Amino acid sequence: MAGIIIRRLGSALPILFIVSLITFAMIHLIPGDPAVVIAGLSATPEQVANIRHDLGLDQPLLTQLWRWYGGLLHGNLGRSILLGQPVVYATMLRLPVTLALSAYALVITLLIGLGSGIIAALRQNSWVDQVAMVFAMIGISLPNFYLGLLMIIFFAVQLRWLPTGGYVAFSDDPLGWLATSTMPAISLALLLAGLLARITRSTMLEVLRQDYIRTARAKGLPRRLVVVKHALTNALIPITTVVGIIVSLLISGSVVTETLFSIPGIGQLLTQAVLNRDYPMVQGGLLITTALLVLVNIGVDVCYALLDPRVRYDGA
Amino acid sequence: MAPDTATIALPAADLEDEAAVRHHHPAWTTTRLLLHHRLFVTGLVLFAIVVVVAALAPWIAPVDPNKLAMRQKFLPPSPEHLFGTDNFGRSLWSRVVWGAQLSMFIGASVVLINAVFGTLIGAAAGYFRALDNVLMRVNDALMAFPAVLLAIGVTAVLGPSVNDVIIALGVVYTPRTARIVRSSVIVLREMEYVQAAVAAGAGHWRILRRHILPNAMAPLIVQLSFLFAYAVLTEATLSFLGVGAVPPTPTWGNIMAEGRQYMIDAPWIITIPGAALMITVLGLNLLGDGLRDVLDPRLRIQQ
Repeated sequence: MAGIIIRRLGSALPILFIVSLITFAMIHLIPGDPAVVIAGLSATPEQVANIRHDLGLDQPLLTQLWRWYGGLLHGNLGRSILLGQPVVYATMLRLPVTLALSAYALVITLLIGLGSGIIAALRQNSWVDQVAMVFAMIGISLPNFYLGLLMIIFFAVQLRWLPTGGYVAFSDDPLGWLATSTMPAISLALLLAGLLARITRSTMLEVLRQDYIRTARAKGLPRRLVVVKHALTNALIPITTVVGIIVSLLISGSVVTETLFSIPGIGQLLTQAVLNRDYPMVQGGLLITTALLVLVNIGVDVCYALLDPRVRYDGA
Repeated sequence: MAPDTATIALPAADLEDEAAVRHHHPAWTTTRLLLHHRLFVTGLVLFAIVVVVAALAPWIAPVDPNKLAMRQKFLPPSPEHLFGTDNFGRSLWSRVVWGAQLSMFIGASVVLINAVFGTLIGAAAGYFRALDNVLMRVNDALMAFPAVLLAIGVTAVLGPSVNDVIIALGVVYTPRTARIVRSSVIVLREMEYVQAAVAAGAGHWRILRRHILPNAMAPLIVQLSFLFAYAVLTEATLSFLGVGAVPPTPTWGNIMAEGRQYMIDAPWIITIPGAALMITVLGLNLLGDGLRDVLDPRLRIQQ
């Protein structure tokens, strides 16, 4: 068990190293002088020089690299130009918002995706299956910001059931959180639910065709028991590997969803940073989010190994 | 005599059928299977409509998409103004049609970049083991970033122009394509017919080009059709956020972003380009599903 975790962490290290190198290089890939670009067109030469000095751009490249990794090891990723706060602090402040929204969306995704995928597989080729798959197809083709806009127009503007945007923390007011988070969570979840429903259906169909399922039915076990105990438990194992992809897509989706619904999460933070040329914030935010995703994927792999003895024995 | 001719005629007919089958080029068989795939045909029709509209833009939408007409603000869709007008009185029909052209151009460019670089990187990593480790580590690192976040990061560096968006989407999606090509190449490299070609003294280049890559095409083609959909979708997302092609260049994303302020009184500014985007993505997804069903024999047997 410990072996798997250590091995996965070991293989994640070079990836994290390259990720940090790419984020470091970003500011140097800006065409022209980064300090001039950040300062803007109306800046005086003095302001440009100040920015250049603050960001350490006047130092030799190796010194900058040394500082970058030195800061990284101390949990220091520089200061946001726009907010004046340390990048790590600004990110951590908004992380709970994105996590809460993602968790809500993940619950919806799992309920709809797993549920409709399983039912579709059990009633293969029936009208239930066909309706479920048509909805899954529409789900994966409906851009999340379009769905969000349609919901705002319908539920917030026309029916006035829910606010058009804004955010209330769960700890302040759980009902207010539910009111402000439901539309964003649904708009995030629909694509993923469609994706998950398709994967669940095909995995279930594959499992249901296996010999051991036929054996279980042939020896007289009731269908319900075979489906739940034999088929579902085995189908869920490969499905766990998709969770890593789903979380990555959730974070991607939160960028536009948070901007659309004015939710102060990581996605909105990074969009504002990009629009305002706040490069330290862009670099740090990208690095922290991606590092967290890599950790999530390690967690998913470890769960996979725990659930599937074949992987465990092969790997150990 | 009659019964005899009947008995002889039967095997003759069989032979003829066999000959007919033998003379069909494999591409023909694939095409026939695709044309019998209902969802593929639906997808093809939807996508073809968008492509045709995009290609005919100068003729079907002759009104300049940026022509202001302040007296004709917020006109709802009507026979005169097919899709209505926006907050500057610009023709939404023209803007959506020219937006389609830009979407198709960006999608096709990203697909081309992926086809070329994805194949090169994937083939190099899969075929030459010495390169595999280095190439795939960089590949994995690029894939570790959430797609939209990396895309806005790259546009933050390069700037918000059409070319920069294409480069950003290329950087985001090429690693995913390279990984798919690599996994096909790794399997094919160990096939006996490839070993036979090695034994016969064929060079690396010839083996890759003649023996490996043609057989790695099916999964690549399937990937590229889905990729077209992702590229169109992500481009729209970027321009909706304001980090894609900048106004006044009409893109579906920035038309929708501009329409947000007026969604109570003029919802068509949002709903129409959004519907166009959805039809495009839906068509490409159906197309990709159909191609996968037909081109990937492993899945075909399961169906």
